[in-house]
Amino acid sequence: MPQPSSWFSSPDDAATRLSASGYLADTATATTAYLAGALEKPLLVEGPAGVGKTELAKAVARVTDAELIRLQCYEGLDEARALYEWNYKKQLLFIQAATVSREATATTGLPQSVQDWESGIFTEEFLLTRPLLTAIRRDQPTVLLVDEVDKTDVEVEGLLLEVLSDFQVTIPELGTVSAVRRPFVVLTSNASRELSEAVKRRCLYLHLDYPDAEREREIVTSQVPDLEERVAGRLVETIGRLRDLELKKAPSIAESVDWARTLVALEIGELDEKAIADTLGVVLKHSSDQEKAVKELRLRS
Amino acid sequence: MTSGLVDRHIGFLEALRAAGMSVSLAEDLDAIGALSVLPWSERETVRAAYAATLVKKQTQRPTFDALFDVYFPRMVGDGVRRDADDQPEPAAARDNAAALAAFREQLADALAEGDQQAMLELAAEMIARFGAMPGRGPGLSSWSAYTAMQRVAPNELVDRIVAALLADGRADDDARREAGRRMGGFTAMVEADARRRIAEEKGPEHVASVAVKPSIDRLDFTAARRSDLEQMRREIYPLARRLATRLTQEHHAKRRGPLDFRRTVRASVSTGGVPLETHHRPKRPHRTELVVLCDVSGSVANFAQFTLLLVYALRDQFEKVRAFTFIDHVHEVTHHFKPGADPGDVLTDLAAATAHAALWGRTNYGRALVKFEESYADALGPRSSLLILGDARSNYSDLHLDVLERLAGSARHAWWLNPEHRRHWDTGDSAASKYAAVVPMVECRNLTQLGEFVHDTLA
Repeated sequence: MPQPSSWFSSPDDAATRLSASGYLADTATATTAYLAGALEKPLLVEGPAGVGKTELAKAVARVTDAELIRLQCYEGLDEARALYEWNYKKQLLFIQAATVSREATATTGLPQSVQDWESGIFTEEFLLTRPLLTAIRRDQPTVLLVDEVDKTDVEVEGLLLEVLSDFQVTIPELGTVSAVRRPFVVLTSNASRELSEAVKRRCLYLHLDYPDAEREREIVTSQVPDLEERVAGRLVETIGRLRDLELKKAPSIAESVDWARTLVALEIGELDEKAIADTLGVVLKHSSDQEKAVKELRLRS
Repeated sequence: MTSGLVDRHIGFLEALRAAGMSVSLAEDLDAIGALSVLPWSERETVRAAYAATLVKKQTQRPTFDALFDVYFPRMVGDGVRRDADDQPEPAAARDNAAALAAFREQLADALAEGDQQAMLELAAEMIARFGAMPGRGPGLSSWSAYTAMQRVAPNELVDRIVAALLADGRADDDARREAGRRMGGFTAMVEADARRRIAEEKGPEHVASVAVKPSIDRLDFTAARRSDLEQMRREIYPLARRLATRLTQEHHAKRRGPLDFRRTVRASVSTGGVPLETHHRPKRPHRTELVVLCDVSGSVANFAQFTLLLVYALRDQFEKVRAFTFIDHVHEVTHHFKPGADPGDVLTDLAAATAHAALWGRTNYGRALVKFEESYADALGPRSSLLILGDARSNYSDLHLDVLERLAGSARHAWWLNPEHRRHWDTGDSAASKYAAVVPMVECRNLTQLGEFVHDTLA
């Protein structure tokens, strides 16, 4: 039986603390977040854009007083940006300085101060740590967020494997750096590409989807307290209908919140058909989607 | 864990594997680890723990849920509630006209309220009362969701739910949609409860092997029901997006051209003249022109539509795409695929255009090929690839293999996608292997295979 986790003490504890910080988690999310802490395994969160994947990591960092270290993935991300890099320029300067001082030593006969610079340049002093290494070396509680991991090349996944399974990084010149204290790792993915089996096997998996109407209304009202209850209900209902249409990009939670903010800012107290049609651009960002919504919701008919 | 639990756990994992999910030993151990740090009092917690450790693909989730319900049922038999009854009702009174009417009243109320818990309980009660088929021989299941649904006929209650929702102030079509959704949810509950009871009688393995459908990306095009087709259509755009991302990334990875001397030297200035990194000229990407010729006769129409939609969703990856449909006559449909068009509209247009592809309405591959060569031979050139979609069932007509040979010869590549399982090729009027001798033929039965083909071969 493992030690009680230092992150959350139970699924219920996770749910209450997350919701207290403004992140309304359902059972599955709370349980999985608790498990990720208890089993010290990375958590892979997948789902459409804007359902609060990144927000989950931030919320965990907030409620556990941990520092959030973020690695934003993009195409072309490599070891040097993700893990560590040697400070080439500093090394070059050091070598040049060493060469000069050796020549000086030879001519003046002074004792050699910098003899074997070959071993001297691969030390901590010349190491630039990048997010993954930083997260592993910290002795304070850390939440490591690897954002949009599906955007990277397949090679980077290989790089992540060592970090995710053993929480260690091998630097050939320095040896293996193991985690002093295991970070809480959250990987997010939009599923634009299937991640490799090897990465998935090492992670716990959570699929976040659009919430049901009840939950979405709670989220919207908690984020935008100025919104009238009745308008919030109507807004969430409309969002639900929009998601039922086959759109190119269904409105996300973030966009429902934006919409709510828009309505408050424009002081629209009644979400009638005209109001929907006027502000549709906040939630739908393809012209074909807007046309379809206007047609299906019978706006401006 | 006691041995009974371990057996159940192993059995559950075996069933998941049998249903096509790859569950490794490491994940098995993770699941055990997760269960040992969790309270078991809530069934949904256990489900979440299993899902987090075992299910790594969202498309597998419905399969997982169905199997979980079978292996870790919500309750046993009629549950505790009924056992607590002091006076069990006599069997006759549980199923008669009055009981049926009373039950339907209850059901209509629950559905109108949208009360999930009440609906679950009613689903269980419905199977217990009206879905029992006692006295059937061994080997036949004694519970039937079908019988129960026939007797209670909840579909007739839809109007009442709609009325209740309208009274709540919902719009008309919105109320209908909501009523349909609740009815669908209830039907699924009833089916799940029947599965649970059968599993209790015969062991979960029996149910797992027969009652669980393959996930949507592995479902055969030809075996899909209407609701499945709807779901498949929704999968097309995400699939296309995934493929496009993969393709772009791979093109970029392969793009390293010859050394760009100038940029390399310039970059080396910042590292004191040492060229630490080399820079390369980009390679010119090669893009194919695609000519799609698809059979749209009834038997394979769905497959043709999905493939066309997918190809069009990916048209950025191709230089140019031209599409033709045929039954026994060829008709060009390229103009239906406007950029940004709605897939639903495109499918409607395509269905309307089917009439142009038929003269007599009987599939005739030979005639279609001849017509294509006569009218559109200019579509094929040394830079284009020809893709033929169809089951190669030509109603025993002349196959015109020589025409196909000429067409394939004038294109750079040619492929034939056949939506039938390989074991059905050459049965009946299928001329699969005759055509396959001229043009390489690939089996393409579901979305996964289609995606793989488009990725590996076409783009």
